Amino acid sequence: MIRAHILICAGTGCTSSGSETVKEALKNELDKKELQDEIKIVQTGCFGLCALGPIMIVYPEGIFYSRVTAADIPEIVEEHLLKGRPVKRLIYNDPAEKDAKADEITSLNETAFYKSQKRVALRNCGVIDPESIDEYIAMRGYEALGKVLTEMTPKQVSETILASGLRGRGGGGFPTGRKWQFAAASVSDKKYVICNADEGDPGAFMDRSVLEGDPHSLLEAMAIAGYAIGSDEGYVYVRAEYPIAVKRLQIAIDQAHEYGLLGNDIFGTGFNFDIKLRLGAGAFVCGEETALMTSIEGNRGEPKPRPPFPAVKGLFGKPSIINNVETYANITQIILNGAEWFASMGTEKSKGTKIFALGGKIKHTGLVEIPMGTSLRTIIEEIGGGCPDGKKFKAVQTGGPSGGCIPASLIDIPVDYDTLTSMGCMMGSGGMIVMDEDNCMVDIAKFFLGFVVDESCGKCTPCRVGTRRMLDILNKITEGKGEDGDIEKLEELANTIKATALCGLGQTAPNPVLATIKFFRDEYEAHIYEKRCPAGHCKALAIYTIDPEKCKGCSACARKCPVNAITGVIKSPYVIDQSKCIKCGTCVDTCKFGAISKK
Amino acid sequence: MKSLEELAKIRERMLSKIALREGENDIRIVVGMATCGIAAGARPVLNTLVEEVALQGVADRATVSQTGCIGICQFEPVVEVFENGKEKVTYVKMTPEMAKRVVAEHIKGGKPVVEYTIGNAKI
Repeated sequence: MIRAHILICAGTGCTSSGSETVKEALKNELDKKELQDEIKIVQTGCFGLCALGPIMIVYPEGIFYSRVTAADIPEIVEEHLLKGRPVKRLIYNDPAEKDAKADEITSLNETAFYKSQKRVALRNCGVIDPESIDEYIAMRGYEALGKVLTEMTPKQVSETILASGLRGRGGGGFPTGRKWQFAAASVSDKKYVICNADEGDPGAFMDRSVLEGDPHSLLEAMAIAGYAIGSDEGYVYVRAEYPIAVKRLQIAIDQAHEYGLLGNDIFGTGFNFDIKLRLGAGAFVCGEETALMTSIEGNRGEPKPRPPFPAVKGLFGKPSIINNVETYANITQIILNGAEWFASMGTEKSKGTKIFALGGKIKHTGLVEIPMGTSLRTIIEEIGGGCPDGKKFKAVQTGGPSGGCIPASLIDIPVDYDTLTSMGCMMGSGGMIVMDEDNCMVDIAKFFLGFVVDESCGKCTPCRVGTRRMLDILNKITEGKGEDGDIEKLEELANTIKATALCGLGQTAPNPVLATIKFFRDEYEAHIYEKRCPAGHCKALAIYTIDPEKCKGCSACARKCPVNAITGVIKSPYVIDQSKCIKCGTCVDTCKFGAISKK
Repeated sequence: MKSLEELAKIRERMLSKIALREGENDIRIVVGMATCGIAAGARPVLNTLVEEVALQGVADRATVSQTGCIGICQFEPVVEVFENGKEKVTYVKMTPEMAKRVVAEHIKGGKPVVEYTIGNAKI
């Protein structure tokens, strides 16, 4: 008889920090202590607090262990599982509340990281075993599909989704119900339901977490969509770089077949629906819907002009709907709890919750799901715990290479589709890359633009040539060769590309540059006119100087300098010849007196 | 899957298995499982409690968990029952047979087994 469940995160984050070894060690230890019939190990999806992995929760007590290693396992088994004394040193304690209750065990949901969160799309991640359809069913799985097939008409389903106010979570923010209605209205012998699981934004991994932690919710939602638009076939386009997600999806599809929840005559209603997996090779452009469909068809992933929209002429020329993983993850909950329930969360035009992937200069990197309209301050400071090492928060990049940055001065804005769009940013898929005072904004713009240049498919000229020209200018600026008029040239190019590129990738590619110019023009100007990088990040612009007051004239730096740029006389201050200096920084590391500084 | 009833059946069957993870049951049965408890035979008591809770169908209301030494080692195995809004009940010198009765009468029936409690047990 099972008396305790141990949940170990088997998401990609924790797997890479070693959760598999921890699981093996735990299994061996339980066998050794003959506890294998009393205690069950469950591998789950992502808990969200990836920074603290590998993560483990022991129920019924709900004790949350973080950074568990295989070496900790004997102690956990002996002390906690056998004698009932949780191992305090491994229990996750909120750093912010550490003083207040150093000795008390904080319940998971009370920690600052989870307190402000509301989990809808991630509801089952870290709660159930993603490889068990039974556990999914226990969490009301496939009940929504049953309800739709037996109690609702296809029209009612689309109407419910529309009334809930759900908008596409992949980036554009188009009302999902409307999309379904368009596809339902198209007349055709064949229609397709597609899931876009080609998550490509640097720093975004919310879709991966849903795929890995709750694959059945996606399958169920796609079947519901199939019923709503009159389709009997679905495709999940997932990137091959997500091996765990691919494996669990395949298991989930097989299990659903076995239970008759996919296939013919589901619930005896005569409704047929089947889902196939298609693996993408990881091209960013294949996340663009027309390129994605071209790729599924077996062709090179290049976008097509719209219209015709997929709802009219999509995959294999047939009407199709294409939604993002996170969008689908909300569907079953809307069906079960009603459109009003969903619409009660969020803001006037952005309903429900949104998952964000926090990354960059932030303490709690990981996944958070919060109601729309939550302020940026809550996300960064409360949930994310602020920047590490006491550094000052400078800006956050939302929407990846298609989005823009929000400066620290606007930290109190509510995060929803329309606020972000009005600022020239974008919700995008929900990546949030946090930057502190050490990050140079010109360099950030350069990074994202470099990504787009690499990933541009080359079909249209504005994107293929235009983004490269912009990158050339940014390289020039960061190397200290910027000149008057460069900012204006960047803006002109950016606006032309936005207006003329063929697909979403090109149209949004200039956004990171435009947003950084908008909010951090002074940094661009400092680079161009003063040949100075205010954040001290751009290597070519750094100036190393020796403070004559502090320099003892020991000659240590001069001896280490690889280009002999430092000269002087023993026991009197040395100087750096700026024309020879290659900014390697060796002198700073060598000086014992802290006399050399970088500006 | 040919009907909603089938789905409901699977759900019913699984619910009891994952109820453990809800962690918010009204009743908590806590067994002292420190060295003293284990030496006095707390493990069979714990296992019986877990089994009985499932058998008697009260798994949705009660969870069984362990704790360390309560300090009354001479009375081990000690089992304490915590219920929202009620005084905790402490059972002492428990055996698997006594555990069965506690689940049946106290957890299911709502009436503590007075003669097993710390004040009344024949020690």
